[in-house]
Amino acid sequence: MKKSTKIFTGIMLVASLALTACGAKNNTNNGASSPSASAPASPSASADNSGKGFKIAMVTDVGGVNDKSFNQGAWEGLKKLEADTGASVKYLESKEATNYLTNMNQFVRDKYNLTWGIGFLMGDAVKDAATKNPDAQLAIIDNVVDAPNVASITFAENEGSFLVGVVAGLTTKTNKIGFVGGIEIPVIKRFELGFVAGVKAVNPDAKVTVVYTGAFDKADLGKAAAASLYNDKNDIIFHAAGGTGNGVFNEAKERNKTAAADKKVWVIGVDKDQSIEFGDDVTLTSMLKRVDQAVYTVSKELIAGDFPAGKITVLGLKDDAVGLPDTSSKNVSKEILDKVEEYKQKIISGEITVPTAQ
Amino acid sequence: MEQTRTVVEMRNITKRFPGIVANDNVSFKLSKGEIHALLGENGAGKSTLMNILFGLYQPEEGEIFVNGQEVAIDGPNKAISLGIGMVHQHFKLVHPFTVTENIILGSEPKKWMGLSVDKKLAYEKIGKLSKQYGLNIDPYAKIDDISVGMQQRVEILKTLYRGADILIFDEPTAVLTPQEISELLVIMRNLVQQGKSIILITHKLKEIMAIADTVTIVRRGKVIDSLPTAGTNPNQLAEKMVGREVSLKLDKKDAVLGEPVLEVDRLVVKGRSGLNALNETSFVLKRGEILGIAGVEGNGQSELIEALTGLRSVTSGSIKLGDEIISGQTPRKISEAGLSLIPEDRHKHGLVLDFPIRENMVLETYYQPQFNKNGFLDFGAIEKHAERLVKEFDVRTPSIMTDARALSGGNQQKAIIAREVDKNPEVLIAAQPTRGLDVGAIEFIHKRLVEQRNMGKAVLLVSYELDEIMQLSDRIAVIYEGRIVGEVKPSETNDQQLGLMMTDYKQPQGGPDNIE
Amino acid sequence: MNKFLKIITKESAIVPFIAIVLGLIVGAIIMLIGGYDPILAYRSLLNKVFGNPYDFGETLTAITPLVFTGLSVAFAFRTGLFNIGAEGQYIMGMTGATFVGVNLHMPWYLHAPFAIIVGTLIGGIWGMIAGYLKAARGVNEVITTIMLNWIALHLANYTVNHFLLEPGKGRSYMIDPSAQVTIGWLSRLLDDARVHWGMFFALLCVVFFYVYLFRTKQGYELRVVGSNSDAAQYAGINVNKSIVKAMFISGAFAGMAGVFQVLGVFMNQAIAASPTGHGFDGIAVALLGGNNPVGVLFGAVLFGTLSYGAAGMSFGADVPPEIIRIVIGSVIFFVAAPGIIRWLMKRLSAKKRKGEVV
Repeated sequence: MKKSTKIFTGIMLVASLALTACGAKNNTNNGASSPSASAPASPSASADNSGKGFKIAMVTDVGGVNDKSFNQGAWEGLKKLEADTGASVKYLESKEATNYLTNMNQFVRDKYNLTWGIGFLMGDAVKDAATKNPDAQLAIIDNVVDAPNVASITFAENEGSFLVGVVAGLTTKTNKIGFVGGIEIPVIKRFELGFVAGVKAVNPDAKVTVVYTGAFDKADLGKAAAASLYNDKNDIIFHAAGGTGNGVFNEAKERNKTAAADKKVWVIGVDKDQSIEFGDDVTLTSMLKRVDQAVYTVSKELIAGDFPAGKITVLGLKDDAVGLPDTSSKNVSKEILDKVEEYKQKIISGEITVPTAQ
Repeated sequence: MEQTRTVVEMRNITKRFPGIVANDNVSFKLSKGEIHALLGENGAGKSTLMNILFGLYQPEEGEIFVNGQEVAIDGPNKAISLGIGMVHQHFKLVHPFTVTENIILGSEPKKWMGLSVDKKLAYEKIGKLSKQYGLNIDPYAKIDDISVGMQQRVEILKTLYRGADILIFDEPTAVLTPQEISELLVIMRNLVQQGKSIILITHKLKEIMAIADTVTIVRRGKVIDSLPTAGTNPNQLAEKMVGREVSLKLDKKDAVLGEPVLEVDRLVVKGRSGLNALNETSFVLKRGEILGIAGVEGNGQSELIEALTGLRSVTSGSIKLGDEIISGQTPRKISEAGLSLIPEDRHKHGLVLDFPIRENMVLETYYQPQFNKNGFLDFGAIEKHAERLVKEFDVRTPSIMTDARALSGGNQQKAIIAREVDKNPEVLIAAQPTRGLDVGAIEFIHKRLVEQRNMGKAVLLVSYELDEIMQLSDRIAVIYEGRIVGEVKPSETNDQQLGLMMTDYKQPQGGPDNIE
Repeated sequence: MNKFLKIITKESAIVPFIAIVLGLIVGAIIMLIGGYDPILAYRSLLNKVFGNPYDFGETLTAITPLVFTGLSVAFAFRTGLFNIGAEGQYIMGMTGATFVGVNLHMPWYLHAPFAIIVGTLIGGIWGMIAGYLKAARGVNEVITTIMLNWIALHLANYTVNHFLLEPGKGRSYMIDPSAQVTIGWLSRLLDDARVHWGMFFALLCVVFFYVYLFRTKQGYELRVVGSNSDAAQYAGINVNKSIVKAMFISGAFAGMAGVFQVLGVFMNQAIAASPTGHGFDGIAVALLGGNNPVGVLFGAVLFGTLSYGAAGMSFGADVPPEIIRIVIGSVIFFVAAPGIIRWLMKRLSAKKRKGEVV
């Protein structure tokens, strides 16, 4: 027994250390910085000090602040705000779902002027904090919270997705296009519907195959899904699957290493300009979702005394909150980009209505 | 021969462990070319002393001299470099490896600038060494395929290969058959003749008388005496070791036989490997007798015990206890039917070492109404029970709350016997009841077994020690490859004949005739 | 009572204490290297936990599930089993409680108890599966429990998706108020912290653990099997039955953790992409507590306090949460390697002795 106790203890030690380590993520150390620390880093020269004395904060969901996605984007927006206006900003990471509310309350109780809940998952916590603290001002990204002191910011992902759909429809050689989604929730459904509509608008013969992997953090599933789509002669895949999408990129990269020039496959990235991370040889373009822009803009509205409390703000093409990055011109021809611009105007003007989901 | 040169001298060694002084100012001297026995009960401190010499423990006080030089032995590697080798009681061998691979492990002859092991050279070297000392080992054999006796020789060869001149043997005969023991004694004599010196840790008086030149007796951490074996006798040694007079001969009245109580009829049982471990074994045990099952380890004894106690399923045949067929019953049913077992491996099967004595005393009876009140254990009753048994069976323990692990082997065994006998069984199976115990404990346990028999109980003694079988049994059944190959009375046989039967060497007069 | 007192004996109490101190020191050194103020950080941590009634209440809420999962792992360990599956059992307990809370409607005196019982049973059954596989088929419980974690996760997601989903929310409907187990008066006293009856159940479970294992006939059987299953077999104890029973109880503890998270904290069950980590934390807690029920309670208090206080460190001293995980990791490391501390203590006392001689 003595020996097995030791072995057990050993296993426990290793397991618990490993698990503790699993929870840890890279940290950039510049975490919740003081104004002086990051202000010089900003290229913006328009610091006007209008935000002096304002305290603005955000709470991440379990993805953490370095998720290469909306949490990171939101934090970039706040840092820019700090540099431009002199407001003091801060964030708290949520280790687990129970922390959503307690982290929100931390800021609310500390009398922050505005506290952001970043991400769909924060909905209940923001609602709860808003109800119990009617004086506090809160905002949420990607979800709608029905409370008089909450600004709800959502994106017209369908509009941006429509435009990358146009790119895909005009670029495909096989007339077969894939879509890889994470979990089938309304936000992702908007990507899918907009994308399919965009493809059909310019290329009615093209066939779009839709796959949901059921996870946002499983690169292996993304890789498997991409492999079967590419095998099935799809030459472009649009992913809206977070970390799962990394697998899509990896699969495309492997294929392009050996494929003939005319057999190359493409990926359309999401949220950020993913060509920066995965390279121009596989990234056709990306569907930008400017969370940073949204956080920046709304926070600035607060400073200006114009906080959209109790309102739902849907940010779309007209706000430049969704769309294509400038780097798209590397792989997308001028004619196609012109076409994209044409559709963009039609959508903004209301001539085309892009289908959406709840 | 320079008989008088001292090769090892340990002066005034003191080693303390929490709560006890394991070696109290012990001095010990080994001369070149002698076999020096270190005699003492378990826990007397003889192993501690040798572990100090081999560098496994550091003494708090005292000096060690090897070949006249004062040395500090801070680990086994240092000991080996000083020419000290230890043959452990439990072999440390890698079973799927060959003899040679085991021996060279850790000090392999290298070739290609140390990148590869020069196996050819190694095999040659081992073969030569084996011949030189008359060990007769096949260097190419796998450990899995050779007997326990041979494995021990591999251990001996291992120390010789590392250049040992001083060999420590830790209870070397505990695992050997009578034939292997006599072969080992020859090897030891051979080694001494070639200039080696040997320290023999043992508590078997017979061996000491047979082979040792000098004997040092240790009791409770102190050296009692050190004297040449020529001028002493077993009774005197036993007395010095235990500290009181011990009777080595057992007083035993003639058996008064009653009716048969355990009938084993053509029992077939499969072993771990799936082959038949018992092949139509049959015997009858009567009230008032001790039936000894003699045999070399691994001939179906363990399987027989497991079948009898319900731990192993019976393929065919039957076991009858009184009027009840117990084959196929659960261990608990069989225990309730009146069968008790003193298991072979007391640590693994007899006790829960991390439990206090109190809880070990009710291991088989805890669920019965006297200890179990509506699902809750009645610790009051259990404590009373344990206190009584500890007293009746002289289990030496600081308290009944002491973990079983902390007790000496003899006291652990006493505790088991107390528990088993107290169940008042019809049949008591004693498997290797005195393995690894010292004279005092053996005497006590043997007395208890005879006492049970005198009370009209039936005792089945399974032992690999012929002495024990000869001394205790009223009748001896020899088991070989899962069959009873012969039955004899102790008064009508001797070690030699039994030894031959155990290896199924057919002799005209003693050979069994019931095998096809 | 002896076993009970064992943890208060000198060495077993001093070793964890020194381990904690050493862990905190290692954490402080790392903070210094990273350029943070460790004293301010630890003060912020304490301030976060004890600074106001709200956070104190939330700390209790954070500790509660750790007590349950810690007991779960420790109980299995006491019976010779290594239950890595507390996570899966936790999730199943959650699902059971949510199902009852959402889909069944009854008066409060029936609803909450029924939800607790169902969730606990399902958690137990989930543990029992691994126990059965071990007993009947000899499959190592470490493997099966890890597998069952993932099965539980996806089964729970499926159940929420198909039977409980509130459209557009990514989670189940809220459970009926009659199934909630919050403590209204205490919650009001603690500034709306989410305190619930689960913490009292956790204490009851600590007592149950002790009484059942050390005082009853069945507990005795389990302990014999856990300490020496060979001897148990020789003594006529049904080892296989004991394994199944032990895993049931272990699973039930973990299941209860999930039950109270739903009925007391979240009031709903979200679709989860990955395990929550409470079950794995239970391994660390059991290790901290030396697999002793009272030790587990202390271990959970320590672990929960540090985890919850991490946000305080982040908020008050700008220390990233990763650092606190290093502190927790170091504490576990030193607790699991008591040899190091004993060695240290020996050296210290040896030095002292020498000093006295001189």
